Amino acid sequence: MPLNLQIVTAERVVYNDEVDFVSAPGSDGSLGILPRHAPLLSTLKSGELHYRKGGDEVSLAIGGGFIEIVNNKVIVLADSAERSEEIDLSRAEEARNRAEQALNSRGALAPEELAMAEASLRRALARIDVAQRRKGGRGGVPRMSSDGR
Amino acid sequence: MASTRTLRRRIRSVKNTAQITKAMELVAASRMRRAQQNVLAARPFSQKVQEIIADLAEMQTDQSYRSISPLLQQRPVEHIGLVMVTADRGLAGSLNTNSIRRAVRFLADETNGKPVRIVAVGRKGRDFMTRAGREIVAEFTGIIDRPTLLDTLPISKLVIEDYIKGKYDSVYLLYTQFINTVTVRPQLIKLLPIEPPESQDAQTFASTDFIFEPGPLEVLESLLPRYVEVQIYQAILENIASEQSSRMVAMRNASDKAKELIGDLTLTYNKIRQSNITREILEIASGAVALAKQG
Repeated sequence: MPLNLQIVTAERVVYNDEVDFVSAPGSDGSLGILPRHAPLLSTLKSGELHYRKGGDEVSLAIGGGFIEIVNNKVIVLADSAERSEEIDLSRAEEARNRAEQALNSRGALAPEELAMAEASLRRALARIDVAQRRKGGRGGVPRMSSDGR
Repeated sequence: MASTRTLRRRIRSVKNTAQITKAMELVAASRMRRAQQNVLAARPFSQKVQEIIADLAEMQTDQSYRSISPLLQQRPVEHIGLVMVTADRGLAGSLNTNSIRRAVRFLADETNGKPVRIVAVGRKGRDFMTRAGREIVAEFTGIIDRPTLLDTLPISKLVIEDYIKGKYDSVYLLYTQFINTVTVRPQLIKLLPIEPPESQDAQTFASTDFIFEPGPLEVLESLLPRYVEVQIYQAILENIASEQSSRMVAMRNASDKAKELIGDLTLTYNKIRQSNITREILEIASGAVALAKQG
C-alpha cells in the first residue's frame, strides 16, 4: 500500500505522486513516515525532506511549513520546496555566509533579526546539503530560487 | 461632405490605433495565460490552509481558543482597514472602475461611519483614494507580473503588525476575482479578525486519534499568519489574472471596433471618390458636347 505524497507551496504544487517512504523535518524531531502511519498534523522546520519511490530516493530542501497525514495521504504545505537540481549551490553558499555573518554580529541584532538570521542559515544549510547529494550529473539547469524570508 | 483627403487621413490614423491595440492584445494574451496558470497553481495551498484552520477551529468546543492569537480576537471596531488591490495601469476595460466603485460603496454603506484607513496595492486605487482625500497608511505599487509569496510578504506583514498594534480593529480585502477570461468580479472579504471558515467535510481532527506536534493550538496559532499571507497573495494573483484578461478583452474589442470603423470609412471614401469621378466625367462630357454644338 503506497503513500500519496503531495508537496504544495503557495506558488504551485511541487510534487504529487505515490511513494513508499517519506521523512520530514518535524518541529519536534524528524518524522519517518511509512504507509499506515497514524493521523498526524505537525509544524515543520526548514530542513531536508526525503521520499523514496521504488529504488529512487529524492531529497528536497524545504523552508518550514506544515505536514498532515491522514489515511496514507501525506500533505506537505511548505514555505518553499526545491529539488536538488533546482538549487544554485553558489547562491546557497552565499546565503549561508550572509547568515553566518549576521549571527556573528549577534550583539547588534534585535531578537527577531536574530531569529531570521538563524532561520535563513538553517535554510541555506539544508539547500547546500540537498544540492551536494545530487547524484551523478542528473541535474537540470539551475534555477533562480527565492532566498527565504 | 468630408473631403477625400481628410477621410484618407482618418483611415490612416484608425489603422495606426488598431495596430497598437492589436499589439497590446497579444501581449496581454500571453501574460494572461501565465497569470491564469499562476492563480490556478496557487489555489491548492490556500484551500488546504483554509481546510486545516476550519478543522482545527471546529475541534474547539468553546470560544476561549480565540484568545491564543490576537488575529482571532474580536475587538470593538474603532478603525477599519481596507486593503485595496487594483492594477497599476489602465486600459483594462472596466476592471479598475468596478473595483473602485465597490470600494466607494463599502466606504459609504458598510462601515457604520467608522474611519477607514487604506492600504493601497496598485496605482489606480491609490490615485483614486488620494483624490478622494482618504487616509492611506501604506501603498505598494509596481507589483511584478509573477510575484512569489515572498514578494507579497511586506504587505501582509504590515497589515498584521498594524492590526496587532490597533491601527485598525477589522480589516477587509478588496480585489478582482478571476473567474474566467471574460468574467471577473470585484470581491470584498473580511480578512481580520480571522473568522475560521466552516469545515467542509465531516473529517474533523477530534474524531480520530490525531497526533499534533507540538499541539493543536500551537499548530493553529502558527497557521494563522500564514492564512493572512496566503489570502493577500491569492488576492494579488487573482487581480493580476483579472487585469490581463480584462485588458486582452478590452483590446480585442478595440481592435474589432477599429476594423469596423476602417471598413465604414473606406466605404464612404470610395463612394465619394466614385461620385467625384462621375461628376468629372459628366463635366468633361457636357463640355465636349457644348463645344461640338458651337463648332
